[in-house]
Amino acid sequence: MSLLEIENLSLSIGDTPILRDVELFVAPGEVMGLVGESGSGKSITALTVMRLLPWSARATGRVVLDGIDILAASEDQMCALRGDDIGMVFQEPMTALNPVKTIGEQVAEGIRWHTKASRADAEDRARKMLDRVGLPSTKFPLSRYPHELSGGQRQRVVIAIACALKPKLLIADEPTTALDVVLQAQILDLLRDLVAENRMGLLLISHDLAVVTEMADRITILRHGEVMEAGDTARTLSEQLHPYTRQLAQASMHVPARARTHEVGQDTPLLQGAKPLLQVDSVTRDYPGRRPSLLKRAAPIRAVDDVSFSIDPGQSVALVGRSGCGKSTLARMILALDGPTSGTIRFRGEVITGKSEAELKPARRDMQVVFQDPYGSFDPRQKVEKLVAEPLHVLEKKPTNTERREMVAKVLHEVGLSPRDMDKYPHEFSGGQRQRLSIARAIITRPKLVVADEPVSALDVSIRAQILDLLAELNQKLGVAYLFITHDLTVARAITDQVMVMYDGRIVERGRTSEVLDHPQSEAAKALVAAAPDLHRAIARRLLEQG
Amino acid sequence: MTTYLLNRLAIAVITLVLASMVVFAVLEIIPGDPARLMLGMNANADQVELLRNQMGLNAPLALRYLHWAGGLLSLDFGRSYTYSVPVIDLVRERVVVSLPLALIALALSTIIAIPVGLFSAGRHGRAGDTIATGAAQLGVAVPNFWFALMLIYLFAVWLRLVPAGGFPGWSAGVWPALKSLVLPAIALALPQAAILARVTRSALIEVLNEDYIRTARAKGLPYRAVLWRHALRNAMIPVLTILGLQFAFLLAGTIIIENVFYLPGLGRLVFQAITQRDLIVVESVVMLLVAAVIAVNLLVDLSYAVVDPRLRSRQ
Amino acid sequence: MTLRFDIPEENFADILVKAFTNRSFLAGFVITALVAAVAIVSFFWTPFDVTKLIIADKTQAPSPAHWFGTDHFGRDILSMIMVGARNSIAVALVAVGIGMGIGVPLGAFAAARGGIADEAVMRLNDLVFAFPALLSAIMITAIFGPGALNAIIAIGIFNIPVFARVARAGALAIWPRDFILAARAAGKGKTLITLEHVLPNIVTLLLVQGTIQFALGILAEAGLSYVGLGTQPPMPSWGRMLFDAQTRMVAAPWMAIFPGMAIVVTVLGLNLLGDGIADILDPRSRRQR
Repeated sequence: MSLLEIENLSLSIGDTPILRDVELFVAPGEVMGLVGESGSGKSITALTVMRLLPWSARATGRVVLDGIDILAASEDQMCALRGDDIGMVFQEPMTALNPVKTIGEQVAEGIRWHTKASRADAEDRARKMLDRVGLPSTKFPLSRYPHELSGGQRQRVVIAIACALKPKLLIADEPTTALDVVLQAQILDLLRDLVAENRMGLLLISHDLAVVTEMADRITILRHGEVMEAGDTARTLSEQLHPYTRQLAQASMHVPARARTHEVGQDTPLLQGAKPLLQVDSVTRDYPGRRPSLLKRAAPIRAVDDVSFSIDPGQSVALVGRSGCGKSTLARMILALDGPTSGTIRFRGEVITGKSEAELKPARRDMQVVFQDPYGSFDPRQKVEKLVAEPLHVLEKKPTNTERREMVAKVLHEVGLSPRDMDKYPHEFSGGQRQRLSIARAIITRPKLVVADEPVSALDVSIRAQILDLLAELNQKLGVAYLFITHDLTVARAITDQVMVMYDGRIVERGRTSEVLDHPQSEAAKALVAAAPDLHRAIARRLLEQG
Repeated sequence: MTTYLLNRLAIAVITLVLASMVVFAVLEIIPGDPARLMLGMNANADQVELLRNQMGLNAPLALRYLHWAGGLLSLDFGRSYTYSVPVIDLVRERVVVSLPLALIALALSTIIAIPVGLFSAGRHGRAGDTIATGAAQLGVAVPNFWFALMLIYLFAVWLRLVPAGGFPGWSAGVWPALKSLVLPAIALALPQAAILARVTRSALIEVLNEDYIRTARAKGLPYRAVLWRHALRNAMIPVLTILGLQFAFLLAGTIIIENVFYLPGLGRLVFQAITQRDLIVVESVVMLLVAAVIAVNLLVDLSYAVVDPRLRSRQ
Repeated sequence: MTLRFDIPEENFADILVKAFTNRSFLAGFVITALVAAVAIVSFFWTPFDVTKLIIADKTQAPSPAHWFGTDHFGRDILSMIMVGARNSIAVALVAVGIGMGIGVPLGAFAAARGGIADEAVMRLNDLVFAFPALLSAIMITAIFGPGALNAIIAIGIFNIPVFARVARAGALAIWPRDFILAARAAGKGKTLITLEHVLPNIVTLLLVQGTIQFALGILAEAGLSYVGLGTQPPMPSWGRMLFDAQTRMVAAPWMAIFPGMAIVVTVLGLNLLGDGIADILDPRSRRQR
């Protein structure tokens, strides 16, 4: 007997069909993974079970939780179910908690509402629950406010709220997508333990095949609102019978083909007589800290601490680390968008720190950037031609209009877009196409170095594979050096020659990518490697467990 | 917390000092010699010069400012040219009309607006919301002095329920005095209530789109409970901001409304003083009103910290 | 106050379609266009000449000849309202122009520079905000003499901090975006970025605020004229007409009712227009479609 039964579920919002004949079962104590790319309808399926859909949504079919027909239940019945029999954990921990209420109030609220317990009793249970999710009372009293907690800690509070009454079904919608890999591993462990302890059913929604494989007993693969394949996790993913399953699995493990010409140690280039392209010498960056009181001086926060390294022409280097380790600050300094507190950065042998914008122009020509969010990195008011041509501003000689259009057309062709696209606005493109535009903008001046800040982490796996291919191809063809900022080791493995591991503002390890990822030396690197979900490993382990 | 408070306090003091300089400077450049004005057209030059010296008008600018500002601090505003009494006495006499009027209007506006805003947001997009927002939209468009005229026509001329204007004074008893403030307060309050209701509604609707509202709903709280327990407090910041602005607006609004109803308040005093070129009175009353606005804004800033814990721990 | 908003990503044509299916915008647009049309027509034609006093016709109730009645000098109220419209619009429009022209550059500058420049602009804003606007308008007109021009300046000055604040808040929401970083990585300076990327993206915010300030300007002008400090006779103005009506409420209520309605309708139209624009450009409303 299933805990949750979804049959023939079809749903539309307004006139747009979202789900078609979805079928999904979760047994008590079972972990069901719901996988799909963006727009596949995974989140809507979860919200249907909670009946928290937008008002214009119309659902037909059968959704039964423990004998109760969800689609036919009254709002009062649903209120009794939510929080008591079904708990839900959301993607964005930073905004999921009410900023003006203490964590104690927020955890106790559901307990009081459902059990009619006294305030003291409810707070007592809330305390125990927070202890259970790893927020001990000594460091996290009930009187803490959400803004005093980090993202991972907030997600623990959200989990405490969802599990406070030991629901029969827990729904977790991308619970770790906003967290770095180490936090992700911790939160997944916590979820796994809670589910086992209380024999809860878990519906785990994720775009990440590796995460789901590590967690789920069975998986359901969703695409465009339809179930493609469902079944035992290990078997489904090892056999890959359905073409879409195969496509997803292959894209998740995709490694672009590239000739590894730059697999040289960090000390060798000088011996070869080649000058490093970028040279960072004991760079430190402090930010003003918070004053403990009016009279005391604030201790500065050191975001980047005495970092030195160099990158050779054409080399592809990854800078990996947990969120908040200082990697983005370092990237901004390399791009001369921010100045270091001390230390120097040399680009093509010239010092670029402390220079005026006019003096920086020649350096900027050879140095470009690709951002993470393909939606936020274009001015929505301008056409592609103008956006892609923006870096031409640094050229000595301004190109004429026709020259400019020719250059844009050429570079659009190089990234796999049509020259006709230059008269469109950015919103007319999909996420993957926008990331191509972003790359086009970065290479239009034929730079020697491109700094890419999490360039594929906002993309679906199949699109991610294509973009990685494109980046690898450009690396070969144009000889451009990359500095990849990422927390995703699969990206580092796919496309870089060398890896630098950053921890707490310092670079703690550097070496050949395969070397570092397979045999990490520093604690920070070990933690990252251990936490990183890996599809190969996960499938192998599952098969091993099942014999 | 303390840093936030001290920071706000410092800003308030700086604003007050700058404002006093502006008021002083504006009145300095006004054409016309106060001494000559006081003595009348027939005075000769020597008499004027004598009075100028007595009034300290010949002292250097900075000294005159310091003298004037020092006087303000000790509530010594000087003497009115036209009434020949200390300005503070005039103010004291008038403030008992204006302050109750503004406070009643503010209270009335809040009492009407917040429930309407909650009602509207709770029924977002439904008929009740449409009617309420329509009424608020109309209310915002009505000039308060015209509304006052219509009220007089309806309640004083037609129905003869309340006096059409004038103020019997608090000595005539609390009830008759209050009665004469009812129409002016309504005239002031309703357009403000319309604005406040709109702000409350849109702030609530904005908050209702937040992720933490979904979290609260996922706990099993019904919509109404979420509105009261989670949305309202988060929506308070824009509402408080508007309340602060409205106090300033109500103070100014009294100038016109007091004229419509012939109420002997501060607004009428400053208006008469302007037409009579009684600069000392103008300067003092304007400074007083400005100080009141700054004080209220400071209060609003402090109430932000009460509402939002993030402000308490931030610098 | 921090401001959060998404930049709508649509073509002009899409926006146009949405505009004309939005009730609020449509109603506001029609009313505003009507008021503007009346104001323009008044330059060429009014039912009666508003400069001629015909004492024999004084305080006549509304009739087929005088739809809205006549005032105490026998002037046709409808004609006066028509001429008054152009006066109100002119004063409010120029005042908005002053506020935008000075306030927006100040706000954009404060947001781009940050630090001391930002602090200075904000303190200046606080200072102006500390003076109840109408009170200060009364002071200014009292000092420099009553008249439409001084009313414009007085109302305009108090529009400056409003626009500065909106522009600053809008610009501060734009500055941290990635496309600004991309522009900086392309070597563009703060002024160029403000012109190319920041201002085009906050234009809609300013437009919405513009209609609100326009409406408030009409109310303020009426208030000033009502206390005798705005537009001076014989030029008809709505506020002045209400002042004249005040002592004749019993005998000639139409003298008060119609000019007041003119103000209400105009302000209502502008507010609806502003609401409509805000609605159309709010991505949240789109998500609900």
